[in-house]
Amino acid sequence: MKAAPFEYVRATTLAEVFQLWREAGPEARLLAGGQSLMPALAFRLSEPSVLIDISRVADLTGISVENGALRIGALTTHAELGAHALVREHAPLLGEAAPLIAHPAIRNRGTLGGSLAYADPAAELPACCLALGATIVARSATGERRIAADAFFVGLYATALAENELIAAVEFPRRQAGERSTILELARRSGDYAMAGIVARATVAGQSLADPRLVLFGVGEVPVLARAAMAALAGRPADAANIAAAQAALAQELEPPADLNGGADMKRHLAQVLLARAIQRLIGGGEARAQ
Amino acid sequence: MSREVQVTFEVNGEPVSRRVEARQHLIDFLRLELGLTGSHTGCEHGVCGACTVRVDGRIVRGCLVLAASLEGAKVETIEGLSDANEIRDLQDAFIARNACQCGYCTPGMLLTAAALLDSKPQPTRAEIREYLAGNYCRCTGYHAIVDAVEATAAARARQPKQD
Repeated sequence: MKAAPFEYVRATTLAEVFQLWREAGPEARLLAGGQSLMPALAFRLSEPSVLIDISRVADLTGISVENGALRIGALTTHAELGAHALVREHAPLLGEAAPLIAHPAIRNRGTLGGSLAYADPAAELPACCLALGATIVARSATGERRIAADAFFVGLYATALAENELIAAVEFPRRQAGERSTILELARRSGDYAMAGIVARATVAGQSLADPRLVLFGVGEVPVLARAAMAALAGRPADAANIAAAQAALAQELEPPADLNGGADMKRHLAQVLLARAIQRLIGGGEARAQ
Repeated sequence: MSREVQVTFEVNGEPVSRRVEARQHLIDFLRLELGLTGSHTGCEHGVCGACTVRVDGRIVRGCLVLAASLEGAKVETIEGLSDANEIRDLQDAFIARNACQCGYCTPGMLLTAAALLDSKPQPTRAEIREYLAGNYCRCTGYHAIVDAVEATAAARARQPKQD
């Protein structure tokens, strides 16, 4: 359980990051909060030649409202996401998701950018980004590129980031009037990776859901946008018949790989249960999270 | 870039300067370099919580932090908290409730419980269980630990801590 030897270097500016990255070659990895990378190093699933510590790069920090969007720096920790007033106001889903991510000691160091770049299919924040229609702001030595969350998660632990490109920030559309969102997951131990989870977002008018977005996590190689289930609910009253129709559609469109928790059928079942609970929560008030 | 890094930070109020292997995590550093064996090496991949220590006032998994990355940081371990009498009441409650048993998880439990009581002085039993969910105990079944934390919170509410 000891990491293989590697070299370590700390960068304090973005220019320094890109220069060191180029010099260090393709076997180098970036170290932000380290809460996914350090276990991978301990298991020797990852054996980088060099770790470039970016955790003190000021350009990757900060939470602000810019050009109508909530911009969150990549180094923002899960604990900060859960406590920040601007997040609570403009993207309360992220504040609701934060306490579900691992445990307090890990939330104090794990980062938003790190979670997205690692792209674990059972992680909460990639699913939140997809549900909210976030934009990932990527930086490289040659400039900035903006990638829609829909196009960012391309495979198991794989993202649209190019070589020597990092996440600088993530931009979230500000919550609109009538918009509600929630996140639910089922895990064997609170804080563990979910066996299955759901993020639901919709504009709610009475008992009806307009423009619903449903993202399942822990049930595929990437967070899954449940288009058929969304279509079954869009513009309709969220009554028992329509929820049942959405559950049936969801079971059809999911192809969950079996894992240590169980097989595809169990995961489909959990996803259907979560879908019904999430819709009930949306029409009952959204972020009000049962403690 | 180097496989060895010169690093200076504070441990329990004392400045420490060492040349460390880049790959060495904080718990190996504390135990092997400084002889501070109160922080325990458990799973070494962030699951068990036995290595919980404070960095810059916040609890972290010591096995998921590189010593080399801590330049200028303030690290506090169970030895520091004990010597400062910061959590004497919590430690006494663990003893009174037999919440230690083998003791392997205890330092991590104490650091985590202390963080909970700092952020939420009067937690419910469910909140105590939720906050401690990342710290494994293989002896107690957790009941005695939750009792000890609950009893400490109740005692502090009756008699505010003296500074």
